[in-house]
Formats: sequence, structure tokens, C-alpha cells
Amino acid sequence: MLVLGIETATPQVGVAIGGHEGIIASFHTTRDRRHAETLAPAIRFLCEQAQMKLSQIGLVAVDVGPGLFTGLRVGLATAKSIAHACRVPMIGVSSLDLTAFPARFSDRLIVSTVDARRGEIFYATYRRAPGGIQLMSPPAVDQPADVAAQLMATGAETLIVGDGAERYAEVLGGVRGAEIGREGLRHPNAGALVELAHARALREEFVSPSEISPMYLRAPDARINWQQRERS
Amino acid sequence: MTTILGIETSCDETAAAVVDDGRDVRSSIVSSQVDLHARYGGVVPEIAGRAHEALITPVVAEALVEAGAADSDIDVVAATCGPGLVGSLLVGVAAAKALALVWDVPYIGINHHEAHLYAALLDEHDAEVQFPLVTLLVSGGHTMLISFEGHGRYRLLGATRDDAAGEAFDKVARYLGLGYPGGPVIDRLASEGDPTSVPLTRAMLDDGYDFSFSGIKTAVINWVRAHPEVATADVAASFQACVTDVLTHKARKAAREISAAGICLAGGVAANSALRERTLDICMEDGINAYLPSRAMCTDNAAMIAATAWYRLASDGPSALDGGADPNLRIDFLN
Ligand SMILES: [Zn+2]
Repeated sequence: MLVLGIETATPQVGVAIGGHEGIIASFHTTRDRRHAETLAPAIRFLCEQAQMKLSQIGLVAVDVGPGLFTGLRVGLATAKSIAHACRVPMIGVSSLDLTAFPARFSDRLIVSTVDARRGEIFYATYRRAPGGIQLMSPPAVDQPADVAAQLMATGAETLIVGDGAERYAEVLGGVRGAEIGREGLRHPNAGALVELAHARALREEFVSPSEISPMYLRAPDARINWQQRERS
Repeated sequence: MTTILGIETSCDETAAAVVDDGRDVRSSIVSSQVDLHARYGGVVPEIAGRAHEALITPVVAEALVEAGAADSDIDVVAATCGPGLVGSLLVGVAAAKALALVWDVPYIGINHHEAHLYAALLDEHDAEVQFPLVTLLVSGGHTMLISFEGHGRYRLLGATRDDAAGEAFDKVARYLGLGYPGGPVIDRLASEGDPTSVPLTRAMLDDGYDFSFSGIKTAVINWVRAHPEVATADVAASFQACVTDVLTHKARKAAREISAAGICLAGGVAANSALRERTLDICMEDGINAYLPSRAMCTDNAAMIAATAWYRLASDGPSALDGGADPNLRIDFLN
């Protein structure tokens, strides 16, 4: 089964296609927040390089966040539309799972982060498990100093990955026993998305597009943009 | 025949429609979020964005089913790319581009305001539409008098210097305790009132093509304050008659000056009964055509997006797949 993976939870746009034989093609670009402009051409480019048509896809996997709200919506609207038009099921995977996945060979506690802006990070913790990683604490949003305090309390050896860790490296890296994971572990990886989704698809853990929702972790900011209202 | 799927997500309606050749509306689905925003008294951008994301796929599916259209029938996918709330616009743009990719058909981004102008021409055979036309674009955000010289060719004749016509309706309705949005309530009440009961000056009547509605609104409020016994229906009828007179007087003057073949109404206020009747009368008297969008096509919908796309495709071709959304997009006027 061919899986198309779409990942837009951070400033990066990532797409990948893969199946039994692993990743066939993948593409990542970071053009800060220009998800809507980049995503559709990236998918077309990917299909051209993989020498296949979207109609051959058997499953659409999507990063459901947490992450940048507009980026997530562009990714989900795109993924759901493709799944709907191709009449194929979907699998949603958390951005924090995807960011933690490449660190799965570490024996330390893995802290996966995504920069939530406004002085906060989205984060979750994981442990190495047979064949991958196991979620230890559910996704949450908090200030880096509070996350650091929690880690300090556990006293565990930790590997902290993701763009949230990078932005607040000073606060989080200051925790005893903590190391900030650098290159290659910064953004959710679309290849990891396809691999994880493919494994789950074999266990038939897929859903219909209507069952996929973004993980916002924050209530909407009920600020009214009067200027925009008047314009419509 | 060209079958276009249109998508509209610029503000608080998630809409999709299937239209053939810019005029034959096979389906038009509008899912309103009004209830979601009512408690805030206005549209909350983040709530709108979230609702569009949840609604876009089911609304598109419904539009295709109601049109009896197979995926393979769709020749073009169009979406509003501005103006509007950027987080809302991008949901529609992303969905449209994704569908265009799967179906291997062109994508085209459409200007929401231009689409309002084309709402009046839905159901019209393009070969039979004669130009130039004078279009009155009247909504909660705009009051523009436009010379519609041909497909894609617009000249701005005049605009409001203060409140938009729809805004004046909302403010007067709020003052009279009639709730929001004010247009439909005033329209209904006015039918039972006497339009001559409140004396109102027709502002800037002979003063070029610009409008001013702030003064009319203030005059109404002052008059009601001084005459608290006045029937609300009479106030509504008088106010509506005054706004209608100003709008239609200028549209008629412009139509005569440019020898227009007809007058079009566009935008939410185009649903107003008095404005529609007066426009029809004027056009009849002057022997020109009147193009009035159906009431459902006056407010935001995707049929007008799909219709406009048919004309834009002929003149400009498809949009690039790397196009985004522009929250401040304007009509490209000749002047
Ligand atoms: Zn509108």
C-alpha cells in the first residue's frame, strides 16, 4: 500500500511517499509559514519524482499537531481533500510523535517539543520501546521554565528534541542530565510519518477524513478582528 | 461545457458550488458559522479558521452530490483567494489546490469582491450580456459605484466617504434595538411603515458619485430621540427609502452618463426589497436592463466564485499552484 504523508505543523513543509519498500521519495522545505504556497507544488513534485499518480495512493497520513494553527489547517485541508477525492482512508499522527521518532535508539527519556510561540512550547515525553517509542506523558502546552522544572523533578537522563528545545535551549539545556538534540531532530519528519502510518495501516488503524481533527491544545483566542469583519 | 467547482471560505461561511459555463448553478451549499460567533458579536478569526477546517470536506462532498456530479465531471477547481481572513481563506485555497492535483485539472484563485459583481450575471448567457453596465456593490463593508465595461474590466465611479450602506443599516437597527444583522429586519419592518414619516435629507445627492451614509444614520437617531413616540416601522421605512433614493439616484445618473446597457446590484444589501424594486422601476423607465442577483446569491456563496472563475479562466487562464491568499486583495480597477 502506498502512503502519502503530509506534515505542516512547524515552519517546515514536509511530504513523503512510501510503502512496503520504505520511503520512495520525500521533500522538506522551510519557507517560514508559507505552507499554503509550498504544499501543493511539493506534492506534485514528489509524485513526478516517484513516477506515480496521486490516484495510486492507498492511504493519506497527516501530522495533526500540535503546531502552528494555520499550517495545521492547510495540511489537514489538503490531506482530507486528497483522501476524499481518492476515496482512501487516513491516519493522523502527532507532531510530537514524529519529532521523537528519530531519537528512538536513545535509552534516555525523550522529550519532544514544538515551538508554540507566545513564550510556550508543546511537549510530550517518550521512552524507547520494542520497534519504536512509547508515550509516557500526553501532549501539553507550557512555558519552558515550567517544563524544565518538571524534568528537574524526575531526575532522569533526558534527550530534548524539536524546535521548541532549540529556541529555549538555555532554559531546557540547563536541567541536570539533559541534552538538547540538534541536527536532524529539529522538525517533524514526513518520512517518519509515512513509516509510522504504514505500520499502523497494516494493523488497520485507519479512519475516515471526518474523524481526523487538529490537536490545537489551546482554546481559540476570542479576539475579534473588526477591520476584517467590516471588509467582508 | 465547462463544469467548475467553486469554494468560498473568506469569512464566516463555508461554501461550495458546482456551476456550468458561469451561469448554470447545479448546486450551492452554504454552511454558516453565524451561531458560533454570535456570542462574541462579530467574527472571531481563530474560531472561523477551525470551523472551516472541520467543514470544508463535507461541504465540498455535499456540493458534488447535490449537483449529481462525478469527480471526473469537474473541469476546474476555483477558490476565493482574497480579500478576507487569511486563516480562513487558506483552508479553501488548500482544499481547492488538493482537489485540482488529484483530478489533474486547473486551479484558479478568485477575488471575492469581483465574484459579488458576477453574482448578478448568474443565469445570464454571456453572449447576451451587453456592456457597459453600472454596478452598485453594496454590503456591510463596501459601497461602490462601478462601471462594468466588459468581462474583467471595471472602473470605479464612486465610493462611500464614511459608513458603508450595510453598516448604516446595522447601526440604525442596533439603535432601534432590532439586533444584528440589521438589513433583513429593517427590510421586513419597512414594508409596514410610512416612508415619508421621518423627514431625511438625501445626502450628497447631486455631488458626484461618492456617498455618505453617516449623516443619514445620525439624522435618524436624532429624529427618534426628539420624537420617541414614532413607530419603529415608520423609522425603518423612512431610513430605507432615503438610502435607496441616494443609491439609485446615483446609479441612474451614472447609467445615463455612460450610456449603460443596464444596472446591476451586488453584495448583501442587494437583497433589500426597496432597493430591488426601485432599481427595477428605474431600469424600466429608462429602457435598460436590470440585473438583480437572487437573494441567496447576494450574500457570500460559492456559486459566484465558480461563475467568476469561468470568465477569469477564459481571460487569464489558471492560477499557479504556488498561489496563496491575500487578505487585502482589491478589485483591479482600470482607473
Ligand atoms: Zn462578500
